[in-house]
Amino acid sequence: MGNVPTTVKHCLSYEQLIEDYPWLRRWLQEDKTITGHAYPEFVKIVEVGPRDGLQNEKEIVPTGVKIQLIDMLSGTGLSVIEATSFVSSKWVPQMADHTDVLRGIQKASNVQYPVLTPNLQGFQDAVAAGATEVAVFGSASETFSKKNINCSVDESMLRFEEVINAAKKRQIPVRGYVSCALGCPHEGHIEPSKVAEVAKRLYEMGCYEISLGDTIGIGTPGSMLKMLQRVMKDVPINALAVHCHDTYGQALPNILTALQMGVSVVDSAVAGLGGCPYAQGSSGNVSTEDVLYMLHGMGIETGVNIAKVIEAGSFICSALSRKTNSKVAQARSTACCDASL
Amino acid sequence: MATVMKLVHRNALTSLMGQHCLSFSSAAAHRAAGVRAAQAFPGKVKIVEVGPRDGLQNEKTLVPTEAKIKLINMLSESGLSVIEATSFVSPKWVPQMADQVEVMKGISRKPGVTYQVLTPNLQGFQAAVKAGAPEVAIFGAASELFSKKNINCSVDESLQRFDEVMKAAKEAGVPVRGYVSCVVGCPYEGKVAPEKVAHVAKRLYSMGCYEISLGDTIGVGTPGSMTKMLEAVIKEVPVSALAVHCHDTYGQALANILVALQMGISVVDSSVAGLGGCPYAQGASGNVSTEDVVYMLHGLGIQTGVDLSKLMDAGAFICQTLNRKTSSKVAQAACKL
Repeated sequence: MGNVPTTVKHCLSYEQLIEDYPWLRRWLQEDKTITGHAYPEFVKIVEVGPRDGLQNEKEIVPTGVKIQLIDMLSGTGLSVIEATSFVSSKWVPQMADHTDVLRGIQKASNVQYPVLTPNLQGFQDAVAAGATEVAVFGSASETFSKKNINCSVDESMLRFEEVINAAKKRQIPVRGYVSCALGCPHEGHIEPSKVAEVAKRLYEMGCYEISLGDTIGIGTPGSMLKMLQRVMKDVPINALAVHCHDTYGQALPNILTALQMGVSVVDSAVAGLGGCPYAQGSSGNVSTEDVLYMLHGMGIETGVNIAKVIEAGSFICSALSRKTNSKVAQARSTACCDASL
Repeated sequence: MATVMKLVHRNALTSLMGQHCLSFSSAAAHRAAGVRAAQAFPGKVKIVEVGPRDGLQNEKTLVPTEAKIKLINMLSESGLSVIEATSFVSPKWVPQMADQVEVMKGISRKPGVTYQVLTPNLQGFQAAVKAGAPEVAIFGAASELFSKKNINCSVDESLQRFDEVMKAAKEAGVPVRGYVSCVVGCPYEGKVAPEKVAHVAKRLYSMGCYEISLGDTIGVGTPGSMTKMLEAVIKEVPVSALAVHCHDTYGQALANILVALQMGISVVDSSVAGLGGCPYAQGASGNVSTEDVVYMLHGLGIQTGVDLSKLMDAGAFICQTLNRKTSSKVAQAACKL
C-alpha cells in the first residue's frame, strides 16, 4: 500500500467515498435494485374477458350471462372491466347486446367499465347507454388494419381523433390499444419503431393509457424487450400497458419482462377466454388467474381476490360448456393436496 | 472521477452513462433496467430432455418399447444433447419403466448425445451400467415428508443410499446428475425453506454430482419464490452446476425459467410435448414443454442447438402413440396457422 497515491488511498475507503460524493449512495442503491430486477409494488389488471374474451368465443352468450359474469367480476377487486363493444352487430354478433349489457350491469363504485368505440357513431351510442370510459384500437400493421377495419392506419387515426375529441368534450377518458405490437399474421415481423409511432399518436391525441397487444402471441421476452425499449422513448412508461396473448405459451414471461421494464398495467381475461382467430383451436388471451398467481407470488399487489376470479371463470366456462384455459384454475380444482402457496 | 469509476459497479455506470445523463429519475432507472435485462441472459442453454423418462413415467398409458425407442431416436436427431432415456427402478413400482434394459440396448446412440438413466440405488446402478448406461441420475428431496412418502425413508437416509451409488459411479468413471425435488413447495409440507434446498443441493454436489437439477415438483413456484430459492442455493453450489426443472401445473414454468436464466442458470429440464401430468393434481399439467422452452430461448437469441421443427415431429409422434393432445402451446399453434 506504500506506493499507492494518496488520492487512491483516500478513495479506497467506502465511507469516505460516500462522504465526498453523496449522490453515489443513491446510485449504488439503485444499481442493486436494478440488478435484483425491481418490480412495481402494485399492478393494475385490466380485465378484458367480457369483451375481448367473449368476442373471440364461437358460442353466442346470452345477455343475462354476460351481465352475471361482469357482476361477479365486479366483486373480485378488479378495478377495470372491459364490458362490451359498440361495433356494428353485423360485424360482431357477440356484441350485439352492447346497450343491454351496459345498462344491465350493477356498476360498482370503484370499478371502471370501458367499452370499445371504433368510430364516432359507436361513441355516441356508448354515451347514450351510459358509458363513462371508452377505448379505441389502432394497429401497428398496415395490412392488419386494412383487413380488420378496412382502412389504413392513418385513416383509422383520423377516425379515432373524432372519437377522442368528442370524448374530451364530455371528459370521458379514452384508452388506446395498439395491436400486432410484436408481430402480424399477415406481415410477420413488425418494427418496434412502427409500434412506437402509433402509440405516440394515440397518446398525443389524448389517450390516457396505451395497451400494447401481442395479437397473435408470437412475442417472446426478446421481442417484448426491444419493442418496449423503443416505445418508452416516445410514451411515458406509466401510460403503458401490455396485452399479451398466450398462443405460444409466452404470455407470462412476456409480462414478467414488461414488469421488469417498469410497466405496471396488465390486460388479461378470466379463464383465458377468447381463442386466437389466426390459429384455430389455439389459446388467445392470457388467463387473469394465472397472471394473478404470478404477481401475488412475487409480492406484487393487485387488490384482486384470485379465488373470486376463479369462481367467475368457472361460471362462464360452465355457461360456454368449455374447459378453462387457466392452469391455476385447473390445478386448484383437481389438486388432491392443498399445495398452493 | 476515474478512481471512483473503478470502485463502483462498472456495468451500472456503463448503462447509466450510456443514457448521457446522471439523473436519478425513474425513467432513467427503467431504461437502465431495460439495458440490464437485455444483458442478463446466457449465450447458450443446455436442454435436458426428460420426456422419455419423467414424461412417460407420469403418463397412464403403457407405451410399447419400440415406440419409446423411436421417440428417443427422433429426439436424438433434433439436436438435443442430453436425453433422459429410462429409469432402473423396480418394475413393481414403475411398470412404465419395466423395459429399461431393452430401451437402453435398442436406441441408436448418436455421438454427442448423453443418454442419462435414473438409478435410485446400487442395484439399479449396477443394472444400468450392465445395460450400457453412460450416465446416471439420483433423486433427493428437499422435503422430509415427500421423501418418506415417495421413497419410504428420510432425506438423510436417502443421501446415505446415494453414497453407495456415488462410490460405485466414481469407480466406474460414470458421471452422476443429482435432482432435488420439492424445491419451492411440497404437496404434503407446503412451503419449503430455501435453506433446506441449499443443504440438500450442497450435499449432492459435495458427494460428487456434476450437476444439480432443482425441481419445482408441483409447479407452485413463481418468479418470487424461485428467486429466493436460487439465491440460497447459489451461495452453496456454483451456478454453472445448477439446472432448473420447472413444472407448469400453475402456468408459471416459463416465467420461472426466465428468472433462473437471469440469475445465471444455463441448464433447463423440459419434456417434449409437455409429457407427464401431475400426480398431485389430476388432469393438470406437469413438465414444461420443450417446444415452448426452445421457442422462448430462440426468441431471446439464446442458442440451444435444437431444431424446433424436428422436436415438434417427435412430440407429434409420441402424442399420436399415446392418443393424447400435446401440452405444448407452440405445437398447438404451429400446426394450425
